[in-house]
Amino acid sequence: MSLKGGKRWLLLGFLLAVFLSWVSGFLNPYDRGVWIDCGINVILAVSLNLILGYTGQFSLGHAGFMSVGGYTAAKLTLVTVALIPASFHPLAFVIACLLGGLAAAVAGLIVGIPSLRLRGDYLAIVTLGAGEIIRVIWQNTEAVGGASGLSGIPKSTTLGWTFAFAVLTIYVVLCLVNSTYGRGFIAVADDELAADAMGINPVRYKVTAFVVGAFFAGIAGALYAHHKQTIVPTGFDWLKSVDIVVMVILGGMGRTPGVIVAAILLTWLPEQLRVIADYRMIVYALLIILLMILRPQGLFTFKTRKGASVS
Amino acid sequence: MNSSDPLLRLRSVSIRFGGLTAVSGVDFEIASREMVGLIGPNGAGKTTVFNLITGVYQPTEGEIEFYAQSLIGLKPNALTRLGIARTFQNIRLFPSLSVFDNVRVAMQVRNPHGMLSALWRGKSFCAGEKVVEKSVMELLSIFHLEGMRSDAATSLPYGAQRRLEIVRALATAPRLLLLDEPAAGMNPAEKEELKELIRFIHEKFEIGILLVEHDMDVVMGVCERIVVLEYGKMIAAGSPEEIRDHRAVIEAYLGNKVEDDWNEEVADA
Ligand SMILES: Nc1ncnc2c1ncn2[C@@H]1O[C@H](COP(=O)(O)OP(=O)(O)OP(=O)(O)O)[C@@H](O)[C@H]1O
Ligand SMILES: [Mg+2]
Repeated sequence: MSLKGGKRWLLLGFLLAVFLSWVSGFLNPYDRGVWIDCGINVILAVSLNLILGYTGQFSLGHAGFMSVGGYTAAKLTLVTVALIPASFHPLAFVIACLLGGLAAAVAGLIVGIPSLRLRGDYLAIVTLGAGEIIRVIWQNTEAVGGASGLSGIPKSTTLGWTFAFAVLTIYVVLCLVNSTYGRGFIAVADDELAADAMGINPVRYKVTAFVVGAFFAGIAGALYAHHKQTIVPTGFDWLKSVDIVVMVILGGMGRTPGVIVAAILLTWLPEQLRVIADYRMIVYALLIILLMILRPQGLFTFKTRKGASVS
Repeated sequence: MNSSDPLLRLRSVSIRFGGLTAVSGVDFEIASREMVGLIGPNGAGKTTVFNLITGVYQPTEGEIEFYAQSLIGLKPNALTRLGIARTFQNIRLFPSLSVFDNVRVAMQVRNPHGMLSALWRGKSFCAGEKVVEKSVMELLSIFHLEGMRSDAATSLPYGAQRRLEIVRALATAPRLLLLDEPAAGMNPAEKEELKELIRFIHEKFEIGILLVEHDMDVVMGVCERIVVLEYGKMIAAGSPEEIRDHRAVIEAYLGNKVEDDWNEEVADA
């Protein structure tokens, strides 16, 4: 990914999003739905890759942050939809997505500051706990429907918007990775003590990656809510976080292109396996185990990462 | 900060790990641009002194000052920003980063940029990156590592990894450089080169150096002053000549060995 052409890529991506929103009119609703799912999972996996892949922080709370974005955005559009004219609904939707992201970022900050002092397994357990706490909070909050969740959310998520947000996520992650931030993230992942001795504040870098990752997880949650039109707390349990972790590991930790492909593949594959109905999840799980054994370094990793580009 | 203040001052610094007093009442100073050796038998507490100076550990008692400013309570990254850099006894390069990026990541402490500028990538961001890239290349070529700049840091030969770790520390633009056994694992020819390198760094970068080293030839050859630790206590301090003839040092180093071994060892120095 060229650096100086970065903004050009972003523009190209957005143009492609406009094109896609035109194309999506020709797709049947089922295919369109699958492609939107793919886009949402790309956002989730690429943002988790920033935390898990580049910064080396094993977080199992991504579904929790996704739910914060989903609930925040859904509640916002449900409240505003009756108050504003229909022509403003798309705008309200995009703003709700961004606010959902912000809410998730704040949740990321609150969870991250105390827990990112922990390492490895401990961090995994604490973030898993945090994700479950968030879920239980939704379950017990009547304002967001309690255990039965929110329904009747406007179907505002389009293929175009999903793609545009996916492009934005990839752009931001690649820009950060190819800057002092990314090199700091990788240094912290490699050797926290040495990074500290080189003037890198490990806690600050980890919290930064965590908050940026949570922001995009929140956006993914908002897109998800306005795609499925119904969200329930159990849809954001820790198994959902594990799904995203699997995408990052299969794609190759800290390798954004591989993670994008893995996210698409792991969304598309279960859909194709629908024909075998009940055996679907078994086959899916076996495939993942097989891939982990055959390509533990990630599906699309052919040489070792050498960090950010070298002049 | 006063020009007459010493670069570094340790005042009766002690640290206990449970029942073990690893460093006990250590007192010494380093003047700016002075080259000081820190020696002592295995487990004497030399690395622990480094960890105390760099904020990895906080002393149980005592005071550590850098240009008369107390360092107590500061984190390692804050101390690096103040101007203290180090290498590690067991090389700790960043294995996922190239040689070039190992140095660049250390240099960014003096050249930070904000998140928005990293996302926008405007003119000032690109110019800033260019300046850093140029300085990294300069540093690498001074130390003859420019040819390996794209290699993974840990794929380098051992001696080059040691050198790279020193370069990485220098990239933070320190005023005090701590070297923890840089000669460990080197052959005699590499040790000679290392001596030259340390003298060169001292001249060129005009910094103070604290050198922990087991190799007497290296320590005696480059240091202006030597501090000796044994069981966490300072048992001697002085010029290389004084240390060479110091009774307690000879005993500490040799234990039950004969004195002639020591004389032989220092005679080469
Ligand atoms: N974190 C720690 N916890 C407990 N004990 C420690 C810790 N760090 C060091 N020690 C102990 O402090 C003493 C001094 O260790 P240190 O590593 O400073 O010695 P050294 O002089 O660097 O030795 P060497 O020449 O072998 O490198 C040793 O007995 C060591 O076991
Ligand atoms: Mg040591």
